[in-house]
Amino acid sequence: MNDLDAENRRRFEQLVLPHVDAAFNLARWLLRSREDAEDVAQEALLRACRFFRGFHGGDARAWLLQIVRNSCYTWLEKNRPRELMVEYDEELHPHPVATPESIAIAEEGRERLTRALETVPPRFREVLVLRELEGCSYKEIATITSIPIGTVMSSLSRARRQLQSLLVSSSHKEALRDV
Amino acid sequence: MTCDFADSHLHGYFDGELSDPSAAEFERHLQHCDHCAVELVELDLLSGQFQVAQLYEAAPASFRKKIRTSLRPVVPTPTPSSRLSWRWLAAAALLLVAFVVWRVIPAFHGEEDYQARFATGIVEAHLRSLLPGKMTNVNSNDPQTVRAWFEGKVTFVFPVRDFADYGFSLRGGRVDVVQGRTVAALVYANREHLFNVFVWPAREQDASPRAGSRQGYQWIVWGKDKTEFCAVSDAAPAELGQLQRLLAD
Repeated sequence: MNDLDAENRRRFEQLVLPHVDAAFNLARWLLRSREDAEDVAQEALLRACRFFRGFHGGDARAWLLQIVRNSCYTWLEKNRPRELMVEYDEELHPHPVATPESIAIAEEGRERLTRALETVPPRFREVLVLRELEGCSYKEIATITSIPIGTVMSSLSRARRQLQSLLVSSSHKEALRDV
Repeated sequence: MTCDFADSHLHGYFDGELSDPSAAEFERHLQHCDHCAVELVELDLLSGQFQVAQLYEAAPASFRKKIRTSLRPVVPTPTPSSRLSWRWLAAAALLLVAFVVWRVIPAFHGEEDYQARFATGIVEAHLRSLLPGKMTNVNSNDPQTVRAWFEGKVTFVFPVRDFADYGFSLRGGRVDVVQGRTVAALVYANREHLFNVFVWPAREQDASPRAGSRQGYQWIVWGKDKTEFCAVSDAAPAELGQLQRLLAD
């Protein structure tokens, strides 16, 4: 035990731990489960603590979220590889886990938005979560997701389009059901 | 039918991520492109749905507790060297345990809980202030007027300045209560973000800035001349940092 370790620990508590909510929120949406998010976010935080010497200042939230995101993908590859293989095209084929019908059944707007967001594939879901929920800048999104900053806008625009059309198709179903 | 501008500019414009010339170029385009105008409204609606739905899922208390517990063993342990005898190792381990019990655990608990409560209080106060009519009690961009208004309403004094030249214009102030403590709040605005700066008296002379985020809101807290300041906003950390440096200057 020496001063440096105590100092690093203090810095970790000060810089990284305030972002525990951000870490949990990202994991929850990428994994679509609070339970799995607890396990994976915990593992990511431990990993962040181990690698903290490699953090040389800058945006601690983006640094942590990058680790959380990578942990989530590793977990998905191992436990639900099919989810990562499904790629959306612009034609919009809804993901099998939530059909527009099941989205329509969810009456409340919150529930509907949740289901629609969970239906968008992870690569697009993550930019939506980072922008709309976490309030990240394009630069931060680029850091966290390792995509070039020049393509953040186009990912976001495709992601929003997918979400909008899922919401529209679910509200159409709802309207038909009400007739 | 889509429009080329919709792919190259629209979302960046909506998110406030375009450079000034690009934003101006898009605004000119917007005047005669119905497609982009409609899409902009739809983006606004979508963003409104996110605001109303409050999908942000904060870490549950049980999770925070689990993190605290699991981080404990990560305190770096001395690497066992073949030269070291087991007696040495045992003594070192004992010292380590003693240190953790004595210093790290209490500090860790206190600090983490305090930070969580603090962040919740600050962000809640910021959100309350965004409700219609709740932002300012005194509505002025004149520092003199705002300073005079606070006299007699709070028991401490603090500098009030306008930073319009740097893009942060003073909007006014109000008296607020954060976690049971009466605080002064100064309100600043730049192009599209509102900033609350909470001010209250502190025991320490100075404190270096600490930053964090909660529910997509960023905060920075620092101390100067026995006064504590906390700036909070939904703006990017860099922007908030800029305002912090201006205020702390």
